Amino acid sequence: MSANPQLNAKGGLTHLLTLEGLPREIITHILDTATSFVGVTEREVKKVPLLRGISVFNLFFENSTRTRTTFEIAAKRLSADVINLNISTSSASKGESLLDTVDNLSAMHADMFVVRHAQSGAAHLIARHAGPYQHVINAGDGRHAHPTQGLLDAYTIRHYKKEFSGLAVAIVGDILHSRVARSLIHALNILGTPDVRVIGPQTLLPTGVESLGVRVFHDMRKGLAGADVIVMLRLQNERMRGPLLPSAQEFNKSYGLTPDKLALAKPDAIVMHPGPMNRGVEIDSSVADGVQSVILPQVTFGIAVRMAVMSILGGS
Amino acid sequence: MQLPDAETLCADLVRQLRPHVTPETGMVGIHTGGAWLAERLHQELGFVVPLGMLDISFYRDDYRKSGLHKSVRASKIPFDVNGRHLLLVDDVLYTGRTVRAAMNELFDYGRPETIQLAALVDRGERQLPICAQYVGTNLTVPKGRMLRLDRDASGRLTLRIDA
Repeated sequence: MSANPQLNAKGGLTHLLTLEGLPREIITHILDTATSFVGVTEREVKKVPLLRGISVFNLFFENSTRTRTTFEIAAKRLSADVINLNISTSSASKGESLLDTVDNLSAMHADMFVVRHAQSGAAHLIARHAGPYQHVINAGDGRHAHPTQGLLDAYTIRHYKKEFSGLAVAIVGDILHSRVARSLIHALNILGTPDVRVIGPQTLLPTGVESLGVRVFHDMRKGLAGADVIVMLRLQNERMRGPLLPSAQEFNKSYGLTPDKLALAKPDAIVMHPGPMNRGVEIDSSVADGVQSVILPQVTFGIAVRMAVMSILGGS
Repeated sequence: MQLPDAETLCADLVRQLRPHVTPETGMVGIHTGGAWLAERLHQELGFVVPLGMLDISFYRDDYRKSGLHKSVRASKIPFDVNGRHLLLVDDVLYTGRTVRAAMNELFDYGRPETIQLAALVDRGERQLPICAQYVGTNLTVPKGRMLRLDRDASGRLTLRIDA
């Protein structure tokens, strides 16, 4: 077995667990393939037959509407059979272990698992346990990784800015609790982005974040200066333990994206947000709905990127 | 082995096709060699309807065996295929599997009135009941060798055999 648990013996992608350590060619191949899938959704028949006969199980141990729905649409547009496991009605709530659940689904001939779990490493655990012809996609594990979100963010940036060389990308807000930020930083580094910045209060930045190859700013106005891309993160109230912040209003004043702060970035800077947004907290409505916002195209591209990942894994 | 001149074959295809082209005929090339040939035919025959391109990677029958192709380009059909007479263009007609995949993809854009096939070279060895209406030449190529079309910087087409 190769050193990277995501790669098969020939170096091809067989699971997608994290972007960390992935070769640049694999990420570029996913983004290029996604480009070809964008057109599929504009046709009379919005499906291709690639994954006919393959069963994709959406295992969501943690709530998510957008990610689960876009994975479901992606799998259906590839002609896969999709089974959504609603965890509140599943055996997990009756005490069945994660791996017992996986064994049972494997006995039902599951070919692909899309896993969202509050525990970091859950998708890795399932991938190690899975059979040789099964594929696992991490749809978000704890604070660790959300690789398809990182890929769709990279796709969106490439779509609007064409090249990564020469770009300044600012990621703003709750970096500490954000698997989205971590995955995007890995993607940007691998794709050769020279200037990646994280902006947030000390309490919402992980210690040693500089080691990820980013520049750290506590003053948002300084951090946004000359940025080509601004990625706003959601203030994750449900993940906050203890008083890391004075109040949402206070946060908005210092780290909310308002029109006057946006004006400090380049005039053609794009504004991204993984959703769901807290309007008036991390982003003002006038910015979220403004001409520089590409927040809704991100959702559309997300389907094409997930189709690309599934079609590459399914054929490996 | 001595390969025929692709430019001569292309000119011959133009002669064969000319009486059958109407202002409503649509042309679709299959990536990559078929797309190059289609670009030439489309221009020289003065097609009115813009040229369509197919990358059949998402319709291949060997996906489960060989996986997704390393470089996938976007398919683009910039016209309504419903009720239209279509001319499908590929460089080399061989097993017929590529044409099968291309026809399946075309039907996901709508229901064409007819589909006809033009190929620069027909090398036989069909595995499916498919034939071309317009052929530049028939050629026997040793099994397992790949016959390919190349295009140089000046746009000149040549045939080549890969090991």
